[in-house]
Amino acid sequence: MSDALLSVRDLVVEFPTRKGILTAVDRVSFDIARGEVLGVVGESGAGKSMTGSAIIGLIEPPGHIAGGTISIAGQRIDNLPYEAMRRVRGKRIGMVFQDPLTSLNPIYTIAEQLIETIRTHMDLNERQARDRAIGLLDQVGIPAASRRIDDYPHQFSGGMRQRVVIALALCVEPELIIADEPTTALDVSVQSQIIDVLKRMCADHGTAIMLITHDMGVIAEAADRVVVMYAGRVAEIGAVRDVIKDAKHPYTKGLMGSIPTLMQDSDRLTQIPGTMPRLTDIPPGCAFSKRCPEAFDRCFVEQPDCRPYQGRDVACLLYDEGKPQ
Amino acid sequence: MLAFIIRRLVQSVVVMLVVSLIAFVMFRFIGDPVDQMVGLETTVQERELLRQQLGLNDALPLQFWHFVSKAAQGDLGISYQFKRPVADLIGSRLPATLELSFVSALFALLMGIPMGVYTALNRESVLSKLFLTISLIGISLPTFLIGILLIFVFSVYLQWLPSFGRGKVVDLGWWSTGFLTVSGLKALILPSITLGLFQMTLIMRLVRSEMMEVLRTDFIKFARARGLTNRAINFGHALKNTMIPVITITGLQMGAIIAFAIITETVFQWPGMGLLFLQAVQNVDIPIMAAYLLLIALLFVIINLIVDLLYVMVDPRIRIEGAEA
Amino acid sequence: MTMDSERLKPPGLWARVFDSDIWYSFTRSKVIMAAAIVTFLIFLGALFAPLIAPHDPFDMASLYLMDSLTPPMWEAGGNPVYPLGTDDQGRDILSAILYGSRISLAVGFASVAFAAILGISLGLLAGYMGGRVDSIIMRIADVQLTFPSILIALLIDGSVRSVFGGIDREQSAFYVLVFSIGLSFWVQYARTVRSSTLVEKDKEYVQAARLIGLHPLRIMASHVLPNVMGPVLVIATINLALAIITEATLSFLGVGIPSTQPSLGTLIRIGNDFLFSGEWWIAAFPGAALAILVLAVNLLGDWLRDALNPRLR
Repeated sequence: MSDALLSVRDLVVEFPTRKGILTAVDRVSFDIARGEVLGVVGESGAGKSMTGSAIIGLIEPPGHIAGGTISIAGQRIDNLPYEAMRRVRGKRIGMVFQDPLTSLNPIYTIAEQLIETIRTHMDLNERQARDRAIGLLDQVGIPAASRRIDDYPHQFSGGMRQRVVIALALCVEPELIIADEPTTALDVSVQSQIIDVLKRMCADHGTAIMLITHDMGVIAEAADRVVVMYAGRVAEIGAVRDVIKDAKHPYTKGLMGSIPTLMQDSDRLTQIPGTMPRLTDIPPGCAFSKRCPEAFDRCFVEQPDCRPYQGRDVACLLYDEGKPQ
Repeated sequence: MLAFIIRRLVQSVVVMLVVSLIAFVMFRFIGDPVDQMVGLETTVQERELLRQQLGLNDALPLQFWHFVSKAAQGDLGISYQFKRPVADLIGSRLPATLELSFVSALFALLMGIPMGVYTALNRESVLSKLFLTISLIGISLPTFLIGILLIFVFSVYLQWLPSFGRGKVVDLGWWSTGFLTVSGLKALILPSITLGLFQMTLIMRLVRSEMMEVLRTDFIKFARARGLTNRAINFGHALKNTMIPVITITGLQMGAIIAFAIITETVFQWPGMGLLFLQAVQNVDIPIMAAYLLLIALLFVIINLIVDLLYVMVDPRIRIEGAEA
Repeated sequence: MTMDSERLKPPGLWARVFDSDIWYSFTRSKVIMAAAIVTFLIFLGALFAPLIAPHDPFDMASLYLMDSLTPPMWEAGGNPVYPLGTDDQGRDILSAILYGSRISLAVGFASVAFAAILGISLGLLAGYMGGRVDSIIMRIADVQLTFPSILIALLIDGSVRSVFGGIDREQSAFYVLVFSIGLSFWVQYARTVRSSTLVEKDKEYVQAARLIGLHPLRIMASHVLPNVMGPVLVIATINLALAIITEATLSFLGVGIPSTQPSLGTLIRIGNDFLFSGEWWIAAFPGAALAILVLAVNLLGDWLRDALNPRLR
């Protein structure tokens, strides 16, 4: 725990709207160890991207961090002034976005964008930065890197572009990469390639990954541990294999049941009835209570805390001491 | 790219032909050319003879051909009012209008772009609100009202600047310039502010909205996530991307300046083409109207062509073929 | 889980209006509300000009030439009967402003309406028919778009007056102006409507309509028009300010509304001649009225554009 690279404690992100204050992230806590791949999974609107944006300090106003702490290697970063946080970005924490087409500035060559980033954080001259950039492109698997580095983004295919984006995010050796839906915008055939590139690069450079996605299959393939989020709150945290085989939180159980596998012997995929509540309409007590097949009276009144249970962290009153049995 | 240029050239020629057609129709069918040129005492036979001489009884396509070929050689007919060749009249007034338009355009660009950038980057500052108020006034006040206001304040009340005419001009061959004398320069100030104010506010608003759009894009977010400095993001990335659509629209506005000169020239009694055109409209002097139309069309077409070429040069997505996504 | 039928009923129209984001942003901004009130007042003033104006500036018989060039009532030589002074013909400036605003607004609205109807129709036609008709309409639009509206308005005005030389200028000026200003504005509407039409054209309900025997154009119109109302409204408000300015400019240049029944622009033209001789009020007050009117319309248009822009919400 004390060795953790990234430590998020009771993070709260709020949005003032004219209808009241919206809580997009509600007391979320987790750790990421050095070099580990942590998956963050949940439906759209569950707060996963918002958590990622909060960590790197890029929440769009009027949203803001309203509580909790974020620390990297023991040092708090959620309350840093702008310039100090800017130096953290890129150098210590990098981010990869969903759509490679719009992530790159169309009017600059790849070389210009890479060299600029490298020289912002490292004291290298133009030639050295360029060599480093070419090396990175090689590593992510761009063929003929020394030629293609002078091309423009639109001259690359989708998969190649995302590789470039990964190179850009990793070019000054951050300790953590936040990957927000890195494969969602790509062809299925390309998706696993990109996950491989991401994993390989991070293993080679010793970088941890926070892999945000709604696709449980990607988590199963790539992550070591997983955080399951629901309606801005954490439902369950645990090792990926454990969570898949033996989910504890009723929501997670529903989620696992909805993944098609060759092993499964059923006619229909499990569906969780109803939909995740909008952030303006979260019911009192447990957010999942209205859809939960195992809910009991306390669930509609008390909001469960995320507590350790059999090597996991679960936010469910079923695993609370004192639950009726 | 070559195909693009050729296509644009062809388009320009087509536009010119269409405009020539309109000018020809005006010339030939609005009012009667012969009646305009002769006195009341001329007999019917003499008019018929004149008709024949002017080629007014030839087949229409032939007349059109004559019209176009003569125009291309600079023969634009004889003015009904002044009984002088239209080409001479326009030629003597062209420098005045062009100089005025040029200075106005410069004013609009040099003030509008920085103001636009400033208000986009500092949305809440007092100065921004001031600029936006000025812009609202600039768009709301008709050009002539601004001119009258300026004259009233600076000529009538303060008596600092002249209220009409070009001041002393120097003849350089066929061109007469007001740039080389103090009185000439002083005379340029009020008219060019009047003419340029509307354009300046348009440019400022355009730059502002485009820049705000760009600042919301994913690649700017990614640039921030890479820890680039504010200066690099705002000016290196955001501004450069903003300039591309701004160039196009600004270029087109330059043409509008030349046309709006009509109003300014009227208010300040500036001896330019616009004033000539207005008198022609009031006195139904068709040759001048038609010639003015042709000249304006030519200027616009040339400006549009230059703008398109600039656009191609500046945006690599058009210049270079992209890859299959 | 029970179905909460009360909660699921859609809210009524008034509830939607007052709960909407548009109303919210409207009431939030004092400036906008002020602009709306001012516009409304001017509008009322113009509408009821005959009832509230102290004099009728268009009735030649009621003008006293001896009262001409009276200064505003707070200056020496002023007369409370003519609160803002009179012009060279003895017309009361205040009344002239009221009547003049009427004309300016009338020309503005009429030309925008004309442009909108023309543009929407041509846009629908171009989008629906495609092919040659589409090309022709769009070429004309492109050519016209390269010229600023003032030029087009001037040319049409000049041509019309030359062709119909004998017509009474005073009666026809209004219609000629509406026609020429409107004609210079139709392109933007046409383009917007055309692109919406192109999107709708390929949809299946159009084929279905054809099969049933309903004219697809009518069906498309009923689908395209509601979608397009937002952008059209935005274009219209921008155009309204521009139309008012254009009319004022044309009148100022002497080719607009004649001086017997002057609009604000005409009044300013008349007053311009007297600026140097000291009778500043003839140009100043109509000028201020014009500026305020256009400013208010622009503010409303700006606000409407921001409010209707989904991306800014």
